[in-house]
Amino acid sequence: MSHWNPAPFAQQLLDLFASLLLLIAFAMLSQRRILTLIHLFAWQGLILTLSIADSAWLTHQPHLYYSAALTLIIKVLILPLLLHRLIRRLDVVWDVETLINIPTTMLVGIGLVVFSFNLALPISHFSSTILRNTLGIALASVLLSFMMMITRRKAVPQVIGFLALENGLFLAATSATYGMPMVVELGVALDVLVGMFIFGIFFFQIRETFDSLDIRHMEKLKEE
Amino acid sequence: MEIWVLLSFPLLGGLWLGATGQRAQAPLVNLLFSLATLGAAGFLAVRVLQEGRVSAWDEQFVVDPFNVFLVGLTAFVGMTTAWFSRSYVGNEVQHGRLSASRLRLYHGMYQAFLFTLLVALTTNNLGLLWVAMEAATLTTVLLVSLYRTPASLEAAWKYFILCGVGIAQALFGTILLYFAAEKVLGEGGNALLWTHLAQVKGQLEPTIVSLAFVFLLVGYGTKVGLAPLHNWLPDAHAEGPTPISAVLSGLLLNVALYAILRTKVLVDGALHQPFAGHLMMGFGVFSVAVAALFLMRQKDIKRLFAYSSIEHMGLMTFAFGMGGAVANFAGLLHMTMHSLTKSAIFFAVGHASQKSGTQLMTQIRGLIRTSPTIGWGLLLGALAILGMPPFGVFASEFLILTTAMHEQPWATPILLGALGVAFAAIFGKVQPMVFGPATGQRLPHPPAILPVFLHLTLVLILGLYLPPVLATWYRQAAALLG
Repeated sequence: MSHWNPAPFAQQLLDLFASLLLLIAFAMLSQRRILTLIHLFAWQGLILTLSIADSAWLTHQPHLYYSAALTLIIKVLILPLLLHRLIRRLDVVWDVETLINIPTTMLVGIGLVVFSFNLALPISHFSSTILRNTLGIALASVLLSFMMMITRRKAVPQVIGFLALENGLFLAATSATYGMPMVVELGVALDVLVGMFIFGIFFFQIRETFDSLDIRHMEKLKEE
Repeated sequence: MEIWVLLSFPLLGGLWLGATGQRAQAPLVNLLFSLATLGAAGFLAVRVLQEGRVSAWDEQFVVDPFNVFLVGLTAFVGMTTAWFSRSYVGNEVQHGRLSASRLRLYHGMYQAFLFTLLVALTTNNLGLLWVAMEAATLTTVLLVSLYRTPASLEAAWKYFILCGVGIAQALFGTILLYFAAEKVLGEGGNALLWTHLAQVKGQLEPTIVSLAFVFLLVGYGTKVGLAPLHNWLPDAHAEGPTPISAVLSGLLLNVALYAILRTKVLVDGALHQPFAGHLMMGFGVFSVAVAALFLMRQKDIKRLFAYSSIEHMGLMTFAFGMGGAVANFAGLLHMTMHSLTKSAIFFAVGHASQKSGTQLMTQIRGLIRTSPTIGWGLLLGALAILGMPPFGVFASEFLILTTAMHEQPWATPILLGALGVAFAAIFGKVQPMVFGPATGQRLPHPPAILPVFLHLTLVLILGLYLPPVLATWYRQAAALLG
């Protein structure tokens, strides 16, 4: 053994990051406090950043470093800070949401994970990249965030679910391919930021009109 | 060069009006910017007609006969809607429903929306197409909630969340497509360029591409308003300002369908079997049927025509799903006819509901007496959208149905039945609104009648005679769709 080869280690680290991301997706699904939810979201962003940086190092793709930096700035710093300021100004920092049936939600979540792994299996075979294991996890965290959006009755957690969904998509982009072209990634980041501002404006409009951020008040438009 | 000019007008307009949109002349400035955009689109169309294809920025933007026709349509309807919007906004301000800051938001976002649509249409990069589609949602979401009523906030929230989630599926589909393309084209920006992908479509991995198409169809299909993903559409159309309903129905739905069609070409090339076509036909027929059933139960006039849009988008999706030269030709023709007719209807509906002070159809009565032009506009528009000859919608629907009888006989009875139900529902509701005893008051601003009749005249002319230039153009575009 002449020298230690770090590549397998970095490879395993990638799998570790991916599974941590999935774990956080589950934690978000069952988290009732808004503040903790934001912290979890920031952690998920950080893990995504590390995972992208790790794959950049593994594949020697310099543009992935930019992508990691972009994720760090937007997903770990700007978005959580914005969310923090928002919930402080909306005065919902200590809001606790009543979630019914957490065990059932978790079980359905596990079902989703199994489903995504099955869906990703035939595709992963074609992956020439060393990151093939993570595609299933990425799809699973997309679906879990999707489910979180469905089960929540308040506006802020729904939006956090939406942002977490974007995290899952970014993991998919870096795991299936070596990241999207830079111009696309910048465009997506811009959309996410603008979207966040619009969500912020919305929160205030909703509260002004309904005196609460509970979206139960917004189920009037139906076909009778 | 022409592409840059085309894109710069709405972008500059958005910035300019975002700063000064509350001024008294802002509606006029909005119209002038839209006119300039239409002019630029005209120049671009002439060049594409001469050269076949125009590209810019290392092929990141490419305009061919298929998208130039949609660029032209978008710029035209964008212009006439800005025209209608002048009178509509004037009346709303008089009624005290719009404050200065909301006017600024409205005008700025209107131009920004046109900008995102034109970027989505002209870009050759499927990733940028996604970015522009998402940006189109972002620009319109605050317009849907412009009146800040509880119902409009709910509609906007639903629109934002549903389209956001939908479009996230489309991003996953785009990622999968990139994944398949990268193996053939290598890494880097070129692997998402449609023209490059179209050259190597036969070598793309079928499993990945078909999965990618499912995600793309569900994602962009949400924006097209395909059932069962259509929930946001009637609410967003009904609660927002009427000019926005007109551009959502007439333009946004088309552009979303355009995104699906571009990817369908790639999938067909990779799979050598009509997988994408079957999916689209299924969604299309289902949307037509669902929309027809819901049409009967509507009370709100804008919801009624929103469901009619779902029906027609379903019909187009079905036509493109069948594929082949005739069906694609019919689909493109129907796209044009539906855009023109539906926006004309929304112009008439906007004035009618401003006059009556309500969108409830039971309270809109006797339009033909209080304002004959709006009444006739609504009546003729409704007849045109229901596929009455000699309007153009008849020609395109006839082509779609005859092709369906030939190639997909199973679908014909469903489509015919749904069209019949839609006829009974819409005509039965429009007739008493136009005739019957008069209600309603005079509008402080004269209604913009010209755009309504300009659109309807175009639909009538195209129904009677399709100029050879236009026919060749449609044929070239249909050929690009395979």
